[in-house]
Amino acid sequence: MSILIIAEHNNLKLKAFSLNAIYAGSQIDLDVHVLVAGNKCENVSKEVAAIPLVKKVLLSDSTNYENFLPENLTPLIVKLADKYTHIVASANTFGKNFMPRVAALLNTSQVSDIIKIDSPDTFKRPIYAGNAFATVKSNDKKKCITIRPTSFEPAPTSGGSAQVEKIEAMDIPNISKFIKKEETKSERPELGTARVVISGGRGMQSGDNFKLINSIADKLNAAVGASRAAVDAGYISNDHQVGQTGKVVVPELYIAVGISGAIQHLAGMKESKIIVAINKDGEAPIFSIADYGLEADLFEALPQFLEELNKLNTIQK
Amino acid sequence: MKILVAVKRVVDYNVQIRIREDGSGVNIDNVKMSTNPPDDNAVEEAVKLKEAGKAKEIVAVSVGEEKAKETIRKALAVGVDRGIHVKTESYIEPLGVSKILKKIVEKEKPDLVFLGKQAIDDDCNQTGQMLAALLGWSQGTFVSKIELKDKSIQVTREVDEGLETLEINLPAVVTCDLRLNEPRYASLPNIMKAKKKPIEQFIAKELGVEISNRIQQIKVEEPPKRKSGIKVSSVAELVSKLKNEAKVI
Repeated sequence: MSILIIAEHNNLKLKAFSLNAIYAGSQIDLDVHVLVAGNKCENVSKEVAAIPLVKKVLLSDSTNYENFLPENLTPLIVKLADKYTHIVASANTFGKNFMPRVAALLNTSQVSDIIKIDSPDTFKRPIYAGNAFATVKSNDKKKCITIRPTSFEPAPTSGGSAQVEKIEAMDIPNISKFIKKEETKSERPELGTARVVISGGRGMQSGDNFKLINSIADKLNAAVGASRAAVDAGYISNDHQVGQTGKVVVPELYIAVGISGAIQHLAGMKESKIIVAINKDGEAPIFSIADYGLEADLFEALPQFLEELNKLNTIQK
Repeated sequence: MKILVAVKRVVDYNVQIRIREDGSGVNIDNVKMSTNPPDDNAVEEAVKLKEAGKAKEIVAVSVGEEKAKETIRKALAVGVDRGIHVKTESYIEPLGVSKILKKIVEKEKPDLVFLGKQAIDDDCNQTGQMLAALLGWSQGTFVSKIELKDKSIQVTREVDEGLETLEINLPAVVTCDLRLNEPRYASLPNIMKAKKKPIEQFIAKELGVEISNRIQQIKVEEPPKRKSGIKVSSVAELVSKLKNEAKVI
């Protein structure tokens, strides 16, 4: 068996969830190769080569792959797939975008968003917004898999020295064009990997009120999340959404503020180690999964929370 | 312009599902079923384009058991012109569904195919991308904004880092995010009118595509339950618990 991981990066740096995909791949078989396709991305290939779990790096450096358009990446991955038993990527908006294209052309039924590997062909994955776990066996010869990054450890990043093999770019179909990417810049930790997440819901009542959340996030070095209701209402941008169709987070501490706890939101955070809920509705479903529930008006509780944090001598970062 | 919209009948998003005791699956007998939520957005977007005079005809297609027709009817009631039901006996994986949809696309020759970005039952997030690949078409996934151009469309995609804008050539497959629009409700007169709109039926097995499932479901189980927590009476108590008991701050 041999595993091909598709690395996610921005042509300059490897993205953190690639490390979880590499680790997951290594649980299937230790013969892990990683494809770095991009433009002027040689530095990324060096970064990947230093990961001890990686046996070989395939570098395809071309303007064809600059923006990772799935129409362009797919022919390359399909061609390389010949030599591999498993094609693996993260189940985030990167992996979800191209992997089904690859699977369809390989005539393989993809296994999406796995959280555990039982054997090289048997995996566990959540269905129905995480309200059930299905154990499934793939009978396809070649397997296309996306992994839930927060369910696997990140691979260690230094000490390795894998060989880097250059792969020629393939012709592209020229049917799609990148226009722009609007990234939300933030000094705070990334939502997907933060140790602490504090999220606001519809109860926040306005985007301006998120400053109450932000000041606590700064104090705790936390990432800021939101329910779909808060994003839909325009309080905060889409990249903050936690839930079934947003991001899945598994922090040590998750603080849900003014979030009632719809099934779809719980799907994105209920594996968190400690859950705190602050809500004025004592019957809100979020309390049923909270380790610590505070029934209170968030507009009084949040300033008090900040005050209490200010009294502490030390705060973990 | 002609638009094909794919809709799926799923367990309603508000239903707390029950798992069969023998671990063979989720019990969906006598459970409320609805249109997969982002599929409603796909339908709405097509109808809006028709109202704006940009689309001429909208066809809704559903692959599933006999009752999938109800899901098609619902689309017909908000402005879709006609329906196609591809009847199956049981669950078909996204790969099989995308092969069936490809057949329908070859028959109907739409310029655009709209689907929801993910079905909320199997949570696979595959069908649209697979269909685009099988057709050799461009794709816009997780789309929250569409702008029609001459021979292409501009789509805004919701991605992990924020928003990405692409221009993709027609014909194209678009998978819709819940933020694309606000799906309308059908009015009673339109529900009545929808009953007269045609739904053509095909039998999946007779379409000449290989749709056998490749993934075997071994078991379905409850996720681990969380220990029930406590209610604290004040913010001070909360912070003290987080500091001294949970040791997370």
